[in-house]
Amino acid sequence: MGLQMLKKWLIGAGKMKVKVGVLALQGGVTEHLNHLNQIENVQVAPVKKPEQLNDCNGLIIPGGESTTMRKLIKHYNFTEAIKAFDQQQKVIWGSCAGLILLAAEIEGENNEQLALLNIKVKRNAFGSQLDSFIDKAVIPKVSDSVQELVFIRAPLITEVGQDIDILYQKEGQIAAVENKNIIATAFHPELTKSTIFHQYFVEKVKSLSN
Amino acid sequence: MSEKYRLNKNLAQMLKGGVIMDVTTAEEAKIAEEAGAVAVMALEKVPADIRKDGGIARMSDPKMIKKIVATVSIPVMAKVRIGHFVEAQILESLKIDYIDESEVLTPADEAFHIDKRKFEIPFVCGATNLGEALRRIGEGAAMIRTKGEAGTGNVVEAVRHMRKINSQINNLTTLGSEELMTAAKEMQAPFELVEYIAEHGKLPVVNFAAGGIATPADAALMMQLGCDGVFVGSGIFRSGNPAKRAAAIVRATTHYQDPQIIAEVSEDLGKAMSGIDINGLTDAEKMADRGW
Repeated sequence: MGLQMLKKWLIGAGKMKVKVGVLALQGGVTEHLNHLNQIENVQVAPVKKPEQLNDCNGLIIPGGESTTMRKLIKHYNFTEAIKAFDQQQKVIWGSCAGLILLAAEIEGENNEQLALLNIKVKRNAFGSQLDSFIDKAVIPKVSDSVQELVFIRAPLITEVGQDIDILYQKEGQIAAVENKNIIATAFHPELTKSTIFHQYFVEKVKSLSN
Repeated sequence: MSEKYRLNKNLAQMLKGGVIMDVTTAEEAKIAEEAGAVAVMALEKVPADIRKDGGIARMSDPKMIKKIVATVSIPVMAKVRIGHFVEAQILESLKIDYIDESEVLTPADEAFHIDKRKFEIPFVCGATNLGEALRRIGEGAAMIRTKGEAGTGNVVEAVRHMRKINSQINNLTTLGSEELMTAAKEMQAPFELVEYIAEHGKLPVVNFAAGGIATPADAALMMQLGCDGVFVGSGIFRSGNPAKRAAAIVRATTHYQDPQIIAEVSEDLGKAMSGIDINGLTDAEKMADRGW
C-alpha cells in the first residue's frame, strides 16, 4: 500500500511517466500517438495484443471503421481485456468509432459491443462523407479556448444514462460525454493541431493511476 | 487548403490499416463488410473480368451503387473513367463517400484528368511514381494508391510502384532547396508539393496499395513497404473462398509485422485467383500505363 501511494504521488507530482496505449487494430492510430508524444511525462505504445494492456494506465480507442475494429477486437480477445481494464478503473477514451465501440447500445444494431458506457448512439448520424464538417466551440470542462471539432461520417449520442456527464452538446445533439473513467467524443481532436483534449485525457489518467 | 479537402483527407486517414474490397453486388458488399472491410468499391466487373471480357469498361449502374449504399454501413467508393467528369458528377449526386478515378476503366480523356478541386466529394487516384502522385494531388486527389497491374493477381507492379515512390521521396529529402525546382521539372510535379515532400519526407495524403494483391502475405508485404492500407480487387471474389480470404487479408493487414499471425490466417484459404503473367500482356492491355 505504501508503495502504491508513493507511485500515485510521483505520478501526481509529474515525476513519473504514465503509459498510454492506443488500440492499433485499424484507423487513425498515429494521429493519437503523435498528439500524446507532445505531452510531457507520457509514454505511448500502439497496442496490438491484449497483454500489452497490462502495463498501460490509459487506453485510446481511435477513429476508424467500427465494424472492422469490432471484429478484430473480438477475434484477438480484446473484449475481456478491455472490460478488465475498465473494471480496474483505468481510463479509456474512444473517439468516433471508439465511441461507438464503447456504447451500451447502437440504434438499429444488436452486434456485440464492449458496452462499457451507458449511452445510446446513432452511427453515421449526419449522412455520407459529403455531410462531414468542422465546428468550433468551447468545451468548458476541458478548456477555456475555442477548439475545432472535426466530424467525419460521425455518430451522435442519442441517450445518456444517469452516471454520464455531458461534455458537449449543440442544439440537443450530444457529441462528447464522460463518466468516472471513460471519455467518448463523436469528433476527432487528434485531427486538429490542438493537444488540449489529449491533455485533459492524460490528467484523468494521472488522477486515477494507482 | 479548403475545409472540405481537409475533411476528405481526414476520411482517408480513418481508413488506414484497413482493406478496401471490390464488390459487384450488394451480396458481395455484405460479405466484405462481415469480413471486416473498411470500405467497399462498387463496380460492375472486377478487373480480372474486365480483362477477360474486353470492350469498354465504364462507371457502374447507379441502381447497383445505390443498392450497395443501402446495404452496408461502411463507406462506399465507386470508379469513374479517367477524365470523365460527368460520371464523377453522377457519383457525387448519389452521395457515395469516395470516387476512384481509375485506370481500370477505359480512359475517357487521353490528355487530362478530372479537376477534382471542383468537387466536394473526395477522390482517390492511382500512381506509378512520385511525379504522377503529386500531379494527382495537385488536381485535388485526397488519397493516393499504387496502380499495380489490376486483375492479374500479380503483386510485382504494386511493389515496383511503391518502391519507386519511396525512393523518390527519400531522394527529395536529401536535396538542397536550390535543387527542388529542377527536381519538380524532371518529375513533372507541382513545385509546392515537391517542397512539402522534401521537408516532411512523406506524401501529404494517405497512400494505399492496389493492383494484384491476392493473398494475406501480399497485403502484409505492401504494408511493410510503407503503404497505409490495401485495396483488394479481383483477389477476393475471384478466389475459392471469398469470405474466408477476405477476413484473412483483413487480419494480415492489421498484424502485418507478425509472421506467426500471417501464417495462421494463410492456412486453408482454398484456391487463390489464378492470375496472369504480366510479361504476356501487350502494351494496350496494361492498365497501369493509363493516366497522364
